[in-house]
Amino acid sequence: MNWLPQTISGRVYTAVLLILAPAPFVFEWINQPFYLDLLSRALILAIAVVSLNLILGFGGMVSLGHAAYIGIGAYSVGIPSYYDYYNGWLHLGLALSISAAFAFVTGAISLRTKGVYFIMITMAFSQMVYFTFLSLEEYGADDGLVIYSRSEFPEWLSMDGSTSLYYWIFGLLLLSLLFVRRLVHARFGRVIVGSKFNEQRMQALGFNTYRYRLVCYMISAMMCSLAGMLLGNFTGFISPDMIGWARSGELIFMVIIGGAGTFFGPLVGTIAFVLLEEFLSLITVYWHLIFGVMLVALVLFGKGGIDGWLSLLDRKRAGNG
Amino acid sequence: MLSKLIRTAVVASAVIMTGAAQADSVKIGFVTTLTTPAAVIGEDMKNSVELAMEHIGGKMGGLDVELIMEDDGFKPDVGKQKTDKLVKQDDVDFVTGYIWSHVLLASAKSVLDADKFLISANAGPSQIAGKRCHKNFFSSSWQNDQTPMAMGEHLNQKGVKSIYVMAPNYAAGKDMVRGVESTFKGDVLGKDMTKWGADAQLDFSAELAKAKASGAEGIFVFYPGKAGGAFIKQYQQAGLQGKMDLYSVFTVDSIALPKLQAAGLSGVLGSKNTQEWSPDILNAANQRFVGDYLKKHGKYPSFYGAQSYDAIMLIKSAVEKVGGNLDDKDAVRAALKAADFDSVRGKYSYGNNHMPIQNFYLREVVEDEQGRWTTRIVSTVLTNHQDPYAKDCKM
Amino acid sequence: MDWNLLITQLLNGLQLGLLLFLLASGLTLIFGIMDFINLSHGSFYMIGAYFCGSVVARSGSFLAGVLFGLVGMFAVGALVEWFIARKLYRSDHLDHVLVTFGLILIFDTLVHLIWGAAGMAIPLPDVLNGQITLGSLVFPVYRTLIIVAGLLVAAILFVLVTKTRLGMLIRAGASNRSMVEALGININRLFLFVFALGAAMAGLAGMLIAPITEASIGMGNDIIIVAFVVVIVGGIGSVKGAFYAALILGLIDTMSRSYLDVVLNLAMPVTYAETAAPALSAMLIYILMAAVLAFRPQGLFPPAGMK
Repeated sequence: MNWLPQTISGRVYTAVLLILAPAPFVFEWINQPFYLDLLSRALILAIAVVSLNLILGFGGMVSLGHAAYIGIGAYSVGIPSYYDYYNGWLHLGLALSISAAFAFVTGAISLRTKGVYFIMITMAFSQMVYFTFLSLEEYGADDGLVIYSRSEFPEWLSMDGSTSLYYWIFGLLLLSLLFVRRLVHARFGRVIVGSKFNEQRMQALGFNTYRYRLVCYMISAMMCSLAGMLLGNFTGFISPDMIGWARSGELIFMVIIGGAGTFFGPLVGTIAFVLLEEFLSLITVYWHLIFGVMLVALVLFGKGGIDGWLSLLDRKRAGNG
Repeated sequence: MLSKLIRTAVVASAVIMTGAAQADSVKIGFVTTLTTPAAVIGEDMKNSVELAMEHIGGKMGGLDVELIMEDDGFKPDVGKQKTDKLVKQDDVDFVTGYIWSHVLLASAKSVLDADKFLISANAGPSQIAGKRCHKNFFSSSWQNDQTPMAMGEHLNQKGVKSIYVMAPNYAAGKDMVRGVESTFKGDVLGKDMTKWGADAQLDFSAELAKAKASGAEGIFVFYPGKAGGAFIKQYQQAGLQGKMDLYSVFTVDSIALPKLQAAGLSGVLGSKNTQEWSPDILNAANQRFVGDYLKKHGKYPSFYGAQSYDAIMLIKSAVEKVGGNLDDKDAVRAALKAADFDSVRGKYSYGNNHMPIQNFYLREVVEDEQGRWTTRIVSTVLTNHQDPYAKDCKM
Repeated sequence: MDWNLLITQLLNGLQLGLLLFLLASGLTLIFGIMDFINLSHGSFYMIGAYFCGSVVARSGSFLAGVLFGLVGMFAVGALVEWFIARKLYRSDHLDHVLVTFGLILIFDTLVHLIWGAAGMAIPLPDVLNGQITLGSLVFPVYRTLIIVAGLLVAAILFVLVTKTRLGMLIRAGASNRSMVEALGININRLFLFVFALGAAMAGLAGMLIAPITEASIGMGNDIIIVAFVVVIVGGIGSVKGAFYAALILGLIDTMSRSYLDVVLNLAMPVTYAETAAPALSAMLIYILMAAVLAFRPQGLFPPAGMK
């Protein structure tokens, strides 16, 4: 039995997961707690990016409003905490139910549109969320809300301390990755992917594609709200700034950098994005210039994102062998 | 053996990535805005901190000073992220800077939970002066409400009966409005809180039309940074000059004035504002600071710069007092609290909430001998003034 | 009812709407004809302001600044089309978003490097800093100038699009690209011209607003989203639609900024109303866009012949 992944991309992704698993202990060992923070933030975003990839990469629904669900998740922690309700199950339940409800209503409207109109209408809805939180004087409005304590869970599930929070994040990330994989391989996923390429055909086969897409959109939104819930706990601070359209744009970039419609691409893309941002900004305050050039070059020359490059290596090897 | 080797290698690479940590130095983290249009304020602070470093020869009490600048991008969450980096990765002894109240509010917890010292060089939100005051927090500026309180007092003295109020909608803007309303005895005929942040509203056409229609005698505004210049221009274009007097705080300063002068908006000459500092305050420290700044940069420093310069000098006084033993937190704290240094604004003391108890002056915009627009002190409005939130602070 | 205030606010709304139109008309043409989403259209708005400001600082003449700025922006637009946009017309919308977002970062940083972070004030001649008085109505001269300039450009553009051969090609391009190609028209040159024209108009909008707000880094990044709303509400590719939608949005924004807090005050305490009003007025335009997309996705005034 050869349990080693056969492809280069498979090996790289396995290696990434194996490196991520013991990260807190490594960083503690070399006494670099800040890098654990950096990684935690990257993995939280990765959950959001994996959720976006489900609708964008597999379903062809380009949402420029996914940051709204991060916001809903984060405020589901922040607002109850403001009233001293720290129960984690409450936070989790609020995040999932509110995001599902919001995704149901807005998705039902948005999914009547296609292509660029879908991009714009999702952006419009997320701007409404943004301005709603901006108008809530009680919860800090523009200034944001400081969360003084993390969500409370039973002892064995506690989020306190950066190591336990990291494993919360890592665990939910693994679950999301596996879940998306299972979902896409199931009949449900085949309908979603099928209607991305040829919706009429799927409808002719008797599937109500609208309904499938709506459910898919809701699932994605709920996953994304988990990322928000973790983010609120991780940063201990939330503000409307974290929900703006530019944030939704960044999530799209992370999907593309990693490779849209692939299973592990989003994870690698997010880590690359966050690390790049961090280290470029260490070099110079003008780091946006380098970042911008990289984005342009990525599209003009680097089709397919990181996952695409890795598969290219695979194909080359196969061709030579 | 092997594990030791790997560990050394990993640590070495980490050190290379983060810059070698020096033993026996004072590490100061400085968070300000270096990108977005608000970077103009950050640059003034940076210039002043660098000047302070020159003046102290890069040393405090015999220890080398290592200064690490971070850019908050005018966003609370980025400011917090950078603060976390300063605290966790760079392991600084002091974190200072902070232009914006909302950035400070988001970041304070990271510094204070790590038992480091936090010295605000500008922002003075009411929360941190009152209920959320902390033993390790100090300010080298003021509490937000104080400067507008001084303006309210000036309005009373002048016999102004009614005003219209405009400010950006964020923590400091709210404090400013509360401040002027608490001392002003006349009527506030209307109020507008406008969008702030990286995408701040800069076109005030609708608001100015409302202000004019309200029939108020004067207009009180708080628009720091570039919004100040934009506001004054529109105020003049709307024809409010001479009909509705302009009373501002943190709006007409050394950052706005050169640009207003370049745009030829002479209407601002003679306008009044209140502040705890002015370039013309007569004391040795201030003359050295302003003189050298003028020489080096060819323009006046702003109050942001003055407070940043003071923050460094305050830290220096504390480091010297404890003989460089920064591990003795109680001694450092006591030394900071004494404020035993030559502030460019003149001597001040700290209240129970570690906010300065100080004078506030009425300043007038004038032309200096070389024809540059600057501010000059007209009178002292508040003497040894303490902020109203000190009583909420259990310290 | 204070009629003076109402009229002043209507004029303010008109002025904002016309600025939005200058920005959105180019955007809608580029979007409609080349099917290209240009997020960096807002950068043209910013660069135009800086070009104009630099010339005004040297020559002292605002008019010279605007003329030079227009020529400069035409060139910048042409360069961006030639080197970048042209390569992407046939690719995915996502690629457009990615590349033009990269361009925003590049342009913003370049402006920071060239002109510094401080922003640039653009002085106006004294006559433009004054006010026009009409009975009891007093309105700034300069804002009147923006209204006049905006209407003038709108008229020129309207004539260009509806009455000239070039306009016919543009309209044909918006609804049927292959037909124009079949006519043997050099489509590349047409695209280059439209792109550069759009950049010049966006630049003009920036030049007109900068004497009020100053030129500053990233000044176009927020208004560009509003401009996209204008394009969608008006109907992609429709100059007429962009015109009406821009005026509608300009008026909604100004009117809600002036009167919404009074309305909200009826339902909630003053302090909450003050915070909620500006946020809600900003939200209104997105509600409008969502409603348009939900019930009339082709926009209010779709270009004729478009499916």
